[in-house]
Amino acid sequence: MKARWFGLLLVVALAASLLFLTLPIATIFLDTSPGALIASLGDDQALEALRLSFYTSTIALALIVAFGTPAAYLLATRRFRGRAVLITLIELPLVVPPAVAGIALLSAFGPNGVVGGALEQAGVRLVFESAGVVVAMSFVAGPFYLRAAQTGFEAVNPSWIAAARTLGASEARAFAQIAIPAARAGLVTGAALCWGRAVGEFGATLVFAGSFRGTTQTASLAIVELFGNDFDAALALSAVLVALSAGLLVTIKLAARLPASRTAGR
Amino acid sequence: MHRRVFTALLGFLAFASVAIGCSNGSDPPRVTVSAASSLTSVFQVYSDEIGADARFSFAGSDQLAAQIEQGARPDVFASAEPDLLTKLSRQGLVGRPIVFARNSLVIAVPEGSKIDSVSDLAQPSLDIVIGAPGVPAGDYAREALDRVPRQDAILANLRSEEPDAKGIVAKLISGAADAGFVYATDVRAAAADLDAVAIPASLQPKILYSIAAVKGSDDPDGARQFIAGLSGDGPGVQLLEGAGFARPAR
Repeated sequence: MKARWFGLLLVVALAASLLFLTLPIATIFLDTSPGALIASLGDDQALEALRLSFYTSTIALALIVAFGTPAAYLLATRRFRGRAVLITLIELPLVVPPAVAGIALLSAFGPNGVVGGALEQAGVRLVFESAGVVVAMSFVAGPFYLRAAQTGFEAVNPSWIAAARTLGASEARAFAQIAIPAARAGLVTGAALCWGRAVGEFGATLVFAGSFRGTTQTASLAIVELFGNDFDAALALSAVLVALSAGLLVTIKLAARLPASRTAGR
Repeated sequence: MHRRVFTALLGFLAFASVAIGCSNGSDPPRVTVSAASSLTSVFQVYSDEIGADARFSFAGSDQLAAQIEQGARPDVFASAEPDLLTKLSRQGLVGRPIVFARNSLVIAVPEGSKIDSVSDLAQPSLDIVIGAPGVPAGDYAREALDRVPRQDAILANLRSEEPDAKGIVAKLISGAADAGFVYATDVRAAAADLDAVAIPASLQPKILYSIAAVKGSDDPDGARQFIAGLSGDGPGVQLLEGAGFARPAR
């Protein structure tokens, strides 16, 4: 009897969560006819924004993976003083409101920022530039990847690495050929979450990089602008974004299930 | 250990609910007001003045109008673009709008800027911010720019289209931009950081603010009271003038 009410509670909780999380997204599609969806793809502003979102988020993701993978490996495999503090600092952008992130980026990299002046002299401009969008995306989305990658590496059996080392593999080789393939699922999931967060980035981009068609106006920013002018267009662009995100999420989840031998082996 | 965390969390929640509860007076009229972001400071002072317990939502008027079209029901909507309210009124979503204030467009620049006329904006490599199309501050600025002879050079300097007037001011105060098109009252409210460069009368668009009660609100009396104080010899009129708004021409 006791076990039954608990089981029921779990089911109710899941049903409520599922309904709450899927209903709004489902209604986006109920409110948009497929025709309107396709028509919105012919709209210059929407198309330009989608293109910008795609390439800025891809660059952000590439940077995050390039820096984040070794960094996460270090955090996962070494124990040192201040490690917990370091991890907390890295997680901070996860809980900071996006607008605050934007202001923080401005005060660091803006024209009057701490390092912004030096960047400007070096000819690097971020504010009002697509590069600024990449920076904003990397800042807010990076921690998603770092966290997932670290967890992924922590789950790798240390004796595999040790075995590879005993057999003469350098640490770099063990990292590339044992740790990365073994942590694959965590890395891929982290990358997917991170990419999704980057595409969805709004507040930090607006505050730090601004919003201008073709340069800094990503799809998320275009949706908000369209919302004031043309609700149907905003809805259609939202639907496109949901469909693309869902597609990517599914692809990546399937990819993560590939047997290790196929991705790692040579 | 877990219990301690739990107790701490509980304590925090209790504290938060007390903190939130403090602002919950029940006597004064309680109205929800959606208003153009350029009205932010003056409306906050005004609501204290008339003792209204107002909850505000300040944003670009176009966003607020879109929210009402999508079913949001504040008690009052004040727009920086009378056409938006007229449209809502025609749809039967709001009562009859009243024009209650006038504003003018200026070029806002950071203190000490060398820009002092509209034509200076055509200098190469300036960063200019403007309201997005559809946002009243942006539409008014484009209306003015349409009358400028060398507008192409100015348009080429546009770097960001902000969702409301506040966003433009923020870009200037943070030093990100060199100039922006905002309302005279915005610069006045940020006088410590910004200077206004006047836009000649021949280029000035006609900027009017109108306000209306939203139909189906929970507190029509509160809404009426809030609106009434902004015209005639209501307490809002002086406050508006003090903030740099002009009385609407009769």
